[in-house]
Amino acid sequence: MRELHKEEIILAVKEMCITINYQLSQDVLHAYQAACLKEESSLSREIMENLIKNADIARERDLPLCQDTGMVIVFVEIGQDLHIAGGDVTQAIQEGVRQGYREGYLRKSVVKDPLIRENTGDNTPAIIYYDIVPGEKLKIMLSAKGFGSENMSKTKMLKPSDGIRGVEDFVIESVIQAGPNPCPPIIVGVGIGGTLDKAAYLAKKALLRPIGKYNELQHIQEMEKRLLEKINNLGIGPQGLGGKTTAFGVQIEVFPTHIAGLPVAVNLNCHISRHTEKVL
Amino acid sequence: MNVYRREITTPLTEEKVKQLKAGDFVYITGTVYTARDAAHQRLIGAIQRGEELPFEPQNQIIYYTGPTPTRPGHVIGSAGPTSSYRMDEMTIPLLKLGLKGMIGKGVRSQAVIEGIKNYKAVYFAAIGGAGALISECIKQSETIAYMDLGTEAVRKLKIERLPVIVAIDCCGGSLYEKEIQYKCNEN
Ligand code: SF4
Repeated sequence: MRELHKEEIILAVKEMCITINYQLSQDVLHAYQAACLKEESSLSREIMENLIKNADIARERDLPLCQDTGMVIVFVEIGQDLHIAGGDVTQAIQEGVRQGYREGYLRKSVVKDPLIRENTGDNTPAIIYYDIVPGEKLKIMLSAKGFGSENMSKTKMLKPSDGIRGVEDFVIESVIQAGPNPCPPIIVGVGIGGTLDKAAYLAKKALLRPIGKYNELQHIQEMEKRLLEKINNLGIGPQGLGGKTTAFGVQIEVFPTHIAGLPVAVNLNCHISRHTEKVL
Repeated sequence: MNVYRREITTPLTEEKVKQLKAGDFVYITGTVYTARDAAHQRLIGAIQRGEELPFEPQNQIIYYTGPTPTRPGHVIGSAGPTSSYRMDEMTIPLLKLGLKGMIGKGVRSQAVIEGIKNYKAVYFAAIGGAGALISECIKQSETIAYMDLGTEAVRKLKIERLPVIVAIDCCGGSLYEKEIQYKCNEN
């Protein structure tokens, strides 16, 4: 059985938190550049150019890309033949977040009780999902979710008869209602199937996929492309001020569901789409 | 669409406000005050109790932002706009006191649009997710009230050519409305 010390997990999580907040990932940068070429109005082009400049400044001047440095979401795949030494995995991940947000001068945006609203002071807890998989590796997929986009997300329990059309209408409706608030161009994560919670989980997980990578299922991939085209025809544009690029991608994940149901969740992500992964 | 570029300086007088039209690209130089959710609740509480405010809103601009912690040697951290709609219900009392400008991101309520018209004010959209770029335009930052709110405290900022777009002008003209054809021809 392979052994992994918890300190390695702490270090990895800390570095990932800092990196995603200071460095725009390559897939997103390419999407910015493509949008710049596609935008026709000088206002929308100007916005995209400023976003590229923002990414340069963030990297060169040690400033986070955005002041909302998000709530950390972690998807962990633990190989069943791996032994974690030195302490517990959950605490190690939380410690990594704590150190990353402190040493990276990142904003602490988490409140302890949703109603009393006292800041926890260290941006923990992160939200962690575990999956046990074969093997002896530990895979960490991490994102920092801003709430401008999170607040614009939605779920709906559709009827099986609503079908593809019903799902697509709900996705489009969610994007329209969100308008400029989630900082477009956005990434649209969609979870279809499972239960209420499973659909939401899938929608969130879908956001970790690099832009431009489609679902492998043919009918889902077609839906992703169709939806992206429809969304970009809405004219919402960069920052919701009009233009051709409303979304960089639509990323759908599906799961078996009950004969009586068709749960759908739409989780939006803003243009900085902070996501990364690491295998230990 | 042809973009109008303008330079404005604070204080923001009614005369300056009247020159701005939805869609203009504006660079603001001067002083602005930061306040977001928690600070607004306190400002409104103070107004209701008839107390003095940490700054005089007359002809001033409020910027909805909660910056990241300041690194040693920096003026301020990343400081882009937060969504404005959360401040909608706390906006009118400030407009009544002469507040002339707000900087944020996203749509405003009909009540706020009416308020902007009635009190001759203007709503600017800064670029959401451009906190590093905006940080570079901030030359001085001083926390002047509600220190305990941390990132949500009220700060007085000296800014130089902070880029914004006029989203709602003093006649109620809204860039979001103009571009909102998508609401009508859904699918
Ligand atoms: S939605 Fe994203 S880009 Fe916009 S303010 Fe929030 S974290 Fe920043």
